[in-house]
Amino acid sequence: MGSDILVVDDSAAIRKILQRVLRQTGVVIDNILEAGDGQEALEALKSRKIDLVLSDINMPKMDGLQFLAAMKASVQWRHIPVVMITTEGGETKVAEAVRLGAAGYVRKPFTADQIKEKLTGLIEPALPL
Amino acid sequence: MNMHDTIVKALREATINVFSTMLGVEIDCGPGCVETSSPETNDGIVSFIGVAGPWTGTGSLTCSPLMACRISSQMLMSEFESVNEDVLDAVAEVTNMIIGNVKTDLEPHLGALGLSIPTVVYGRNFKTRNAGNIEWIVVRATWQEEVMSVKMRLAPGDRASHAAYHLAGTACALEV
Repeated sequence: MGSDILVVDDSAAIRKILQRVLRQTGVVIDNILEAGDGQEALEALKSRKIDLVLSDINMPKMDGLQFLAAMKASVQWRHIPVVMITTEGGETKVAEAVRLGAAGYVRKPFTADQIKEKLTGLIEPALPL
Repeated sequence: MNMHDTIVKALREATINVFSTMLGVEIDCGPGCVETSSPETNDGIVSFIGVAGPWTGTGSLTCSPLMACRISSQMLMSEFESVNEDVLDAVAEVTNMIIGNVKTDLEPHLGALGLSIPTVVYGRNFKTRNAGNIEWIVVRATWQEEVMSVKMRLAPGDRASHAAYHLAGTACALEV
């Protein structure tokens, strides 16, 4: 049985790229769900069991840090690993994401290898990562 | 290195890095220059991102429809022959990544900065106007004979907090 992954980014282009990159990682994936902001992501979490979340920080409506805080405040979702994928390289937001419980972060622009490396240990690979 | 050169270096490096990593393209970046006035008219695509914090301003990317389609095709691995929502989204995201990386490079000099969500304008024969009298620092990049401009304009948003850097003994090359 494969993993269900939720990709949260207000850019459709980045969601599409992450879909492609995730399919190349060697992880068995059943579904990749997409959300355009934190609110949509919370709705997606209600609709299906998710194994991993990749989330942008700078988004409209509900940003990635607010979304992460909401997830980690929920008994139902707090165990799900969240990797932040963001242009925010500054210490403040990254430190805040880690404090809130992010499993890691990848800075944009990213390579497929960087995404693959971050997935190591977070979800079961079908092939050695 | 003064702040003008620091911004030029950050714009060049971020542009080269984003094109290399996300598009797999080696792009040629020219030397930086200063624009004191807006162009009379624009044709094509202009993408803006606001910068806020102790220093405020705007980051921008300007390119032709052909360049925008080329960027999108390369980034999304799909063929785009005309500007549509996907193309505008891809240009916005490229701008976001470039200006986001520039922001990160400038924060040690200027303090923590925030970015707005990108805004993209596409059309013909339109004008843009900048409030205030702040120069744009511009880097032009060429890819397959098409040119795009990556720009940034910054000014102290709050002179008191800028002065705090000097009071703390932090060197600052940018005086306005």
